[in-house]
Amino acid sequence: MNGPAPTLQVEGLRTHFFTKVGVVKAVDDVSFSVDRGEVLGLVGESGSGKSVTGFSILGLVDPPGRITDGRILFKGEDLVGRSESQWRTLRGARIAMIFQDPMMTLNPVLRIDTQMIEAIRAHEKVSDATARQRARDALGQVGIPSPDERLKAYPHQFSGGMRQRVAIAIALINKPDLIIADEPTTALDVTIQAQILFEAQKLCRETGTALIWITHDLTVVAGLADRICVMYAGKIVEQGRIDDVLDRPLHPYTHGLIGSVPSRNKRGQPLEQIPGMTPSLMNPPPGCGFRARCARAAAECVRDPDITSPVDGRQIRCFHPHLEDA
Amino acid sequence: MSSPVPAPAPIPTPTDVEGETVVGEQAESPWRRFLSDFFESRIAVAGLVVFVFLILAALFAPYVTPQNPYDLMQISIMDGRLPPGTQGEMIHYWLGTDDQGRDMLSGIFYGLRTSLGVGAASTVIALFIGGAIGLIAAYFGGRVDAMIMRVADLQLSFPAILIALILVSILGQGVEKIIIALVAVQWAYYARTIRGTALVERRKEYVEAATCLALSHRRIVFRHLLPNCTPPLIVVGTVQVAHAISLEATLSFLGIGLPITEPSLGLLIKNGFDYMLSGDYWISFYPGVALLITIVSINLVGDQLRDVLNPRLKR
Amino acid sequence: MLVFTIRRLMQSVIVLFVMSLIVFIGIYAVGNPVDILINPEADIAEQEATIRRLGLDRPLWSQYFSFLNSALYGDLGTSFVHNEPALELIFERLPATLEIAVGAVGLAIVIGIPAGMVAGLRPDSLIGKTIMSGSILGFSLPTFWVGLMLIMLFAVMLGWLPASGRGDTVDLFGVPVSFLTWDGLTHILLPAFNLALFKMSLVIRLSRAGTREVMLQDYVKFSRAKGLSESRVILVHVLKNILIPVVTVLGLELGNVIAFAVVTETVFAWPGIGKLLIDSIGLLDRPVVVAYLLLTVTMFILINFVVDVLYSVLDPRVRLGDMKS
Repeated sequence: MNGPAPTLQVEGLRTHFFTKVGVVKAVDDVSFSVDRGEVLGLVGESGSGKSVTGFSILGLVDPPGRITDGRILFKGEDLVGRSESQWRTLRGARIAMIFQDPMMTLNPVLRIDTQMIEAIRAHEKVSDATARQRARDALGQVGIPSPDERLKAYPHQFSGGMRQRVAIAIALINKPDLIIADEPTTALDVTIQAQILFEAQKLCRETGTALIWITHDLTVVAGLADRICVMYAGKIVEQGRIDDVLDRPLHPYTHGLIGSVPSRNKRGQPLEQIPGMTPSLMNPPPGCGFRARCARAAAECVRDPDITSPVDGRQIRCFHPHLEDA
Repeated sequence: MSSPVPAPAPIPTPTDVEGETVVGEQAESPWRRFLSDFFESRIAVAGLVVFVFLILAALFAPYVTPQNPYDLMQISIMDGRLPPGTQGEMIHYWLGTDDQGRDMLSGIFYGLRTSLGVGAASTVIALFIGGAIGLIAAYFGGRVDAMIMRVADLQLSFPAILIALILVSILGQGVEKIIIALVAVQWAYYARTIRGTALVERRKEYVEAATCLALSHRRIVFRHLLPNCTPPLIVVGTVQVAHAISLEATLSFLGIGLPITEPSLGLLIKNGFDYMLSGDYWISFYPGVALLITIVSINLVGDQLRDVLNPRLKR
Repeated sequence: MLVFTIRRLMQSVIVLFVMSLIVFIGIYAVGNPVDILINPEADIAEQEATIRRLGLDRPLWSQYFSFLNSALYGDLGTSFVHNEPALELIFERLPATLEIAVGAVGLAIVIGIPAGMVAGLRPDSLIGKTIMSGSILGFSLPTFWVGLMLIMLFAVMLGWLPASGRGDTVDLFGVPVSFLTWDGLTHILLPAFNLALFKMSLVIRLSRAGTREVMLQDYVKFSRAKGLSESRVILVHVLKNILIPVVTVLGLELGNVIAFAVVTETVFAWPGIGKLLIDSIGLLDRPVVVAYLLLTVTMFILINFVVDVLYSVLDPRVRLGDMKS
């Protein structure tokens, strides 16, 4: 490989949950990479393994789950197999995360300043005054008015959108190289969502931070991401540049997903649906996970399709991609 | 659960009307399912076995003990405070003797008789009274309900031992007085438990159906409501037996419970307490162990009953 | 808020009134007041004089009125045995009881919360299961029995700690306390632990349940994602969340601890109001018994009142619910 290593490169990641009733293969052979300043959209239905992928990168998979295979190269260094204290020096400092529900991510009994300052002091020995100054700047950066007063408040004194800004401020506070945002706008009103998306994009461009935006909402990714990974049943079934994928989906699942998004120019026509339900990830049968719902499934789909690149810069896992639309 | 659970409820149901069954025969009777669920936990079965053994020991104490410790002819003051395992003049003292020369093992069996008897009697009476009050509160609702529950809540806001102390210092000592005190302490638990369940059951269709058939209040309450409210009552009742025994033992230990003529385990422990500091531990220790085994075994059974009878925990 | 407080205060006064009536009827109507209020060792002339002085020949309602009247002025009769006003006798012994009560609540917190948190963090480990079994035993075993076992083990067999009494005391603001001398401290340890046991089991259950619930919250995961050390996550983020309910419940239970001190004080011959009560019952010193009961009941009603008002301050829903009903 030539040039500097990408901010994050995930290769063949497998995260499995060993429950009493069986093994759940939440993430099963996932590979992707994110460059500096790049926004990657990780799209999939709930239960497709996208959140677990995010938590795997932070080393925060709860037992009985664990990373069983693969490499997570952060700036060229493998994180898998590192000790807990080595992970900890990265978390919140070099790799930060934003959670889905802003109502739940801030500790209700601790003041905002406590929760921000502890994030700084976990990684740097700085004076209280300096840390407070940085916390205030971070609040200002995400557009919270009168940050001095706000620092002394408790989370319940904030609205949902404000709390998510605080959570983003905490994620930004140590100027990380990578932010993983796990559906951070799903719980918010559409207008607030738009503001947050705008701020996130701006910050990435300005600071060069790489961003992985996990969502089930294609429309959110469409305006934000540079590239997109579509996950289904623990695997990435399609990835490529955002415009290419959205304009011309190759995988039948992506095709169905885009078809089921309501939009103005489809008014009056019935929305396409993907028949069936997401399969259980508990002891899945071999083969393509989508074959039970796929109109193009054939006998060979009982084998696992390999990653192929039928079009330049695109990768898919399918024996029968939608190439004929070209 | 709309089918009555036929657990051994010590609750009066009016005389059975012939030919009336609430639910038709099922492939697996609820009784059998209840038993198989109960026997799933080995430790609960152990508790049950021990508990049954204790009941038998209490019932047949006069026939199985080496001596009657309260028959002056059978005891010898010369054998006072002998350590466990001593061979006496007439019998072998497995657990030693107390200061009067009574065989501790026999004393414990007799003490168990009193403790279990008082505990069971007070629980059954409290269950009757509290259950009836709770049912009345739930069935009639409104002002009656508010009054009864306010009194119950008020009483429950005081610790049981304080209520018992007040009553004992007013009533004085004696078996029937202790039972009255224990009943007064316990009734509110049953009233609250049965009211809670009955309020839920009352809104169900089968009660509505019974009301539409213009059945009498008495019939609806006892034939329809009560059987469906029994499971939680059994659970509370089992645990309360242990509480009652423990509270009686405490009062007797304090010297304000049962009189010397009716020695319960608590009183045996009290008698031995003075000798404990001089090293004659067994006079207090073994009755204490018997009390411990009694309470723990009842609690084990009660815990398992709660798990089995709680519909929310049903798999 | 004011309306709620006043309503609640009126309720308390009514309850207090009812309780005084129960105690009064208990003594004057159910029992024989001559037996209860007159020293059994007095001769006939003395007895008659006392009957007239106490007004026992007057009708019941007027007796109750004068009983209530003198009670309001703090006169609950004079002890036969100590020849001292009963109330004074109780106030003399109160500090000793408060000392073990506070000690017990302190131990319950200091031991119960960490043990409960460990059990909550490692519910399936051996230590977690051991702690839970211990708390189940602590709930079901009678306090006096555990006290006996403590004496047997630590005082008789090991000889480490004394079995009875308060030990050396020093005056703190004019009140004798044990915990400031080494000897006193060795004396207070066993009774305080004994009294603490039940509360400790309660605290263990509450903290375990609280820990298990809080550990599943997003903010715990988020604080880990911030790179905080595990000790900060548990000691700050988790602990602070479980502390509020635990301390609230313990505050409610303080009165309970004082009532249960009756048992512990008797076992360990601790000279507090509980031992005074049991001794007085044994010596037929009825005025002291009446004074103790009325005082404890009053204290309970007071604690319940304060807790209810505090609750309504913390949680406005309680207040609104009460207004509606």
